[in-house]
Amino acid sequence: MRRSSFRLVAAAAAIALAVTGCSSSSDDAANEDTEFEIFTWWASGGEAAGLQGMVDVYKAQNPNTEFINAAVAGGAGVNAKAVLQSRLDANEPPDSFQAHAGMELDGYVRGGQLEDLTSLYASEGWDKVFPSDLIKAITVDGKIYSVPVNIHRANVLWWNPAAATKAGITKAPVTLDEFFADLEKFKKSGIPGLALAGKGDWAIAHLLDWMLLATMGADKFEGLYNGSTSWTGPEVAAGIKNFQKALSYGNKGAGNLDWPDAGKLVTDGKAGFFIMGDWASAQWQSDGLKLGTDYTYAAAPGTVGTYQWLSDSFTLPVGAPHRNAAIAWLKVCGSKEGQDAFNPKKGSISARTDSDLSLYDDYLKSAAADWKKDRLVGSTVHGATGNNALMAAYNAGVGKYFSGGFKDNAGLAKDLAAAYEAGKA
Amino acid sequence: MSKIVKNKRSLSARLGGLLFVLPSILVVMIFVYGLILWSVNVSLTNQNSGTKKAIEYVGLKNYTDLVADERFTHSLSNLVKFTVVFILGALVTGFIMSLLLEKGIKGEGFFRSFYLYPMAISFIAMGTVFNWLLNSARDEEAGGLNLALQKIGLGFLQNDWYVSERGSMYAMALPAIWQMSGYVLALFLAGFRGIPDDMREAARVDGASESQIYRHVLFPQLTPTLLTILIILGHISMKAFDLIIGINGKSYVTQVVAVYMWEATFDKRDYAKGTSIAIVLLIMIAVVVVPYLRYNNKQQAYR
Repeated sequence: MRRSSFRLVAAAAAIALAVTGCSSSSDDAANEDTEFEIFTWWASGGEAAGLQGMVDVYKAQNPNTEFINAAVAGGAGVNAKAVLQSRLDANEPPDSFQAHAGMELDGYVRGGQLEDLTSLYASEGWDKVFPSDLIKAITVDGKIYSVPVNIHRANVLWWNPAAATKAGITKAPVTLDEFFADLEKFKKSGIPGLALAGKGDWAIAHLLDWMLLATMGADKFEGLYNGSTSWTGPEVAAGIKNFQKALSYGNKGAGNLDWPDAGKLVTDGKAGFFIMGDWASAQWQSDGLKLGTDYTYAAAPGTVGTYQWLSDSFTLPVGAPHRNAAIAWLKVCGSKEGQDAFNPKKGSISARTDSDLSLYDDYLKSAAADWKKDRLVGSTVHGATGNNALMAAYNAGVGKYFSGGFKDNAGLAKDLAAAYEAGKA
Repeated sequence: MSKIVKNKRSLSARLGGLLFVLPSILVVMIFVYGLILWSVNVSLTNQNSGTKKAIEYVGLKNYTDLVADERFTHSLSNLVKFTVVFILGALVTGFIMSLLLEKGIKGEGFFRSFYLYPMAISFIAMGTVFNWLLNSARDEEAGGLNLALQKIGLGFLQNDWYVSERGSMYAMALPAIWQMSGYVLALFLAGFRGIPDDMREAARVDGASESQIYRHVLFPQLTPTLLTILIILGHISMKAFDLIIGINGKSYVTQVVAVYMWEATFDKRDYAKGTSIAIVLLIMIAVVVVPYLRYNNKQQAYR
């Protein structure tokens, strides 16, 4: 009964939206569409504020187009993705929808549900202002299917300066050896060295993703996703061994914690280090904490000089009812003005290398500086190098390892290899 | 002559009645049975939203794959553990409570609704609260039940609850027991009330002790009630989804069949796999519910 009633809701939502968006589109490049519907799940906090900034830019340029945010209007919450999927499969797509740039789009691309946007990159000059590593990573068979609006960094180390001073740590660890030495110092000072968040498995998978990168370096790490590095080889085995060692410094009761809870342990001085993406900074600032006094950051040890990125992007679905309005929106998404309206509020940096840094806080300024010079590597658990099937299997494999008392390293390597295969199927 | 007229009348009355129920019959046909058939159909193909390849029928491959899928067997064994502990727990607590209330104590009505009230809380809200209560932190850092156990001097009972390696599903059954035992109480109480007082009196006249009356007169008469309860709890348990999601998200350690079905369908976008899991779940529930419905229908026809 639950299944069928959900379908009913999904169908009703799809019908309602289809009725509101049935005017025909023209091939004329100018945007004469009176309506434009996007699908996002940015509904609250800095995300919603950032989106509103970008919407304001859009409205100024397209005063005659009514802007509809389907995720908010539908109130579908956790079901938003499922509703989006059913609409795409029914060939009733929104005009544009949000997804992580990179392999998360793989299913849509292989399903022929997205339009190729490569020509837009040339006409808007994005091929020059986005870093070439990024362009390379989001290009599939010579075509690009989405416009990245922001860049988050996954490999960031966070800690509380007061707790570090108390433990006798004076500078950020640069290598894994220094990292483990510092974990030991935190332990001696009476707090767990590493804050872990086990709920939903992905934050632990995030930790493993960084550890693999830190252990084997960027080239070998990228090899994991193009087949040149084996998942059951010595590099991954060494990475998992380091991962196991790092987990042994974790806080008790990590299984109950979501990442904001684990982050709070660090900012409260109850745990030492925290490996988390830079959305943590945005969260803490909205909690009223001060960068530099309540928490501070460095590139995660072993990966200094490497920027492990993830990116939110917008797409153009095949058969979008208001194609011109959507293209106008994508132009705003890729523009300097749009990105600088969105990112300072979202707590991420612009994907462009020419953003106006005066608008960003100190952390984001340093991230933007690294973005321009670092080696760029995609994040696995946030959809850059792994598609949905890979991510689901990867997280489950890590969850199994993390919740089990016996740490079966070879078993985890096998599960990760199977996850990689699941992504290719 | 008059007989024919009467028949005509009843025919039109029947037609009118049919017209009234027709919309709901149609809706149920389409949205329940039609979609079940549709799901069965999808589960026999290789349909997968992520690829452009032509949809082909692959027979029972999806089902045989499930048997070999460690993720599926893990979620199934989790579900079995959860079901056993949940049903036994709710039965025992509900039955004991009904024994206490059965004698017609003062304020029975109050207690009945008092214990039934947890049922009014949605699983998802309860999941959020029990997520806090079943916190695994211990000693100084403890919260929730672990803290309560310390305060009453039972600190040695502190537990990892649903993040423990072996006991996670047993801990997960606690909130479900808490919620449903009041319902079991109400059903058993109704069962007791359905037994005529003459029987007890007759037994007393024959010189039976109070415990003998319960054992030999009252309990046997509760068998249909017990069966009803087993069926109701059984199918609630097998559909468990929102409680698990509310407490522990989609974490591997507490994943059950319905959660894995959701993940396969909407995260992996593998429709064939998702629908085959759904059909397995449907069959499991049908095995429990259908014989009971038939039995019930026969009983009613008999009356």
